Amino acid sequence: MYAQLVETGSKRLKTKEEMSPQEREFQEKVDAEIKIEAKNWMPEGYRKTLVRQISQHAHSEVVGMLPEGNWVTRAPTLKRKLQLMAKIQDEAGHGLYLYSAMETLGADRDEEIEKLHQGKAKYSSIFNYPTLNWADMGAVGWLVDGAAIVNQVVLQRTSYGPYSRAMVRICKEESFHQRQGYQILLDLMREGTDEQKAMVQDAINRLWWPSLMMFGPHDDESPNSQQSLAWKIKRKGNDELRQMFIDQTVPQLEFLGCTAPDPDLKWNEETGHYDFGEINWQEFYDVLKGNGPCNRERINTRKKAIDEGRWVREAAVAYAKKQKQRTQAA
Amino acid sequence: MTQAEALQEYLLRLADSDMILGQRLCELCGKAPALEEELALMNVALDLVGQARNWYEYAAELIDDGGDADKLAFRRDAHNYRNLLLTEQPNEDYAVTMGRQFFFDAWHYLTLKSLVDSSDERVAGIAAKALKEATYHLRRSSEWIKRLGDGTEESHRRMQDAVDILWRFTGELITPDDTDHIMAEAGIGPEPDQLASNWREMVNEVLTQATLTPGADDAWMYMGGKHGEHTEHLGFILAEMQFLQRAYPDATTW
Amino acid sequence: MSEWRLYEVFVRSKHGLNHKHVGSVHASDNEMAMENARDLYTRRSEGVSIWVVPSDTITASASDEKEVLFDPSEDKIYRHASFYELPDEVGHM
Repeated sequence: MYAQLVETGSKRLKTKEEMSPQEREFQEKVDAEIKIEAKNWMPEGYRKTLVRQISQHAHSEVVGMLPEGNWVTRAPTLKRKLQLMAKIQDEAGHGLYLYSAMETLGADRDEEIEKLHQGKAKYSSIFNYPTLNWADMGAVGWLVDGAAIVNQVVLQRTSYGPYSRAMVRICKEESFHQRQGYQILLDLMREGTDEQKAMVQDAINRLWWPSLMMFGPHDDESPNSQQSLAWKIKRKGNDELRQMFIDQTVPQLEFLGCTAPDPDLKWNEETGHYDFGEINWQEFYDVLKGNGPCNRERINTRKKAIDEGRWVREAAVAYAKKQKQRTQAA
Repeated sequence: MTQAEALQEYLLRLADSDMILGQRLCELCGKAPALEEELALMNVALDLVGQARNWYEYAAELIDDGGDADKLAFRRDAHNYRNLLLTEQPNEDYAVTMGRQFFFDAWHYLTLKSLVDSSDERVAGIAAKALKEATYHLRRSSEWIKRLGDGTEESHRRMQDAVDILWRFTGELITPDDTDHIMAEAGIGPEPDQLASNWREMVNEVLTQATLTPGADDAWMYMGGKHGEHTEHLGFILAEMQFLQRAYPDATTW
Repeated sequence: MSEWRLYEVFVRSKHGLNHKHVGSVHASDNEMAMENARDLYTRRSEGVSIWVVPSDTITASASDEKEVLFDPSEDKIYRHASFYELPDEVGHM
């Protein structure tokens, strides 16, 4: 859920006639695929929607470190430990790229983070699920990063320049994440003991559906999508992206020799796509509302880090001030 | 102790210290005081675990019992670990985390700087790469010691407390034993007296700039890590770090 | 309000190239800005040199100045080499 469920403030598109000359000029620029830059005029709704979407995306990267941080101290080999550390580091980095893009819109990072800690800002629900065994590190990389990449690849063409450039950079760096995850699973399935193989299937069973939920509700349940699509903040509908993800993932699943916890999952010769069962939307909205297994822990951890770090950040500011005074006095 | 035995011992000390400090930093994932620090801490941790792997690989070749780097890291119990006691101390607050880092970085930097000229080519090679990383680590932690020491009243108090808490573990960094002497005589490891005086000088300089008071010269020092006598912390660190290898002893791949 | 200052980061990816804007970092002082920029923007050896500049010290052209500032150069095609046609016999110049 990186570009899903972002409030745009409008449930209906304005017609060209209803737009002000400035709005019309803006929309024409967007239609012509000309990137909008920080200093350009933009409708307030566009700016707000972007701040919401980019901060939501950034929060997801940062909170997304936690389920992996849960295993980084227990990674089984030096190689796996180093890979996981590099991946977690990238996630912090991607959060920062995104906050940086968001700040070009005049939003303040600390304020947006405060909203997250107060439960007022969203982040991807997937990170509210626990990581319970080592194979989860594989499944997170393969399924969760895989779903994120499907989303992010299209977001490289998003209309806002700084966001688009951040996405390009992120996609480039993230390509190793999914492979890293899949390789963990593949190695366990090929050379692992029965217990290790069971770990893999268990991880897939738990993370399969939440990964599909990452694409957000059906398009017809997603009232903000239309405006986001018109502004080209979002480039493709939720259902289309979800289908893309399933179509590319199922063959990989079969190659592993594992199964998905979905009896309705099967190839449809006519459509050329995989059919799949209905997502448990009740669970989706429950987790979104804060009732997922780990919502409380994730936010508390982040809040605690920032709260307990206050004296450190203040010390750095105080020191910088003293240094400045010293240079001026000298 | 033969020179060959001393070298194995010495390599394990380098490796284990890197590994355990890297592990401590991993514990901070998602808990750093600022997002930028999140990245920086993981960066240092990544460097340290990477260096540990290099030292382990060399050690495993010399030990030559069919084991590899992973076996050394994940299948030895606390009494076989040779890390400095300093590295296994808990993260506590950021003053302790940074104090631990700075005391270690100063020692690490000076040690590696000397190892670059080691008569053992393999050691010199690993050290050359590690030195670049350690130089950066030292620069970062020195800056933080100054920021915290000379920041606010609260940060000064916390940083001074951290120095006081950690000081008793610093003696081990600069008190040589047989292994250190054999390594120095063979031209493999640093000259102990030189290392000690350089370390003191470096630490005193930064602490003074940070308006902090170092511990007394004759302070009692807690030592033993280099011989496998650890604080109670190490057992728990290993219980977590080695969990999978211990829980699934039959597994040959991960 | 942010506790730390916002810095813009410029990275020279290799010798001979210009520094290019890559994004921003938060930091309490210049030294920290440099270290944070290094850790964030050169993790995959993307750079050989970094500039960090406090964001509030940058003066940027406003979008409504575009016509005044940049349009006048559009019809000065004689500033471009392709404006000058030379006979083929002259060869590459």
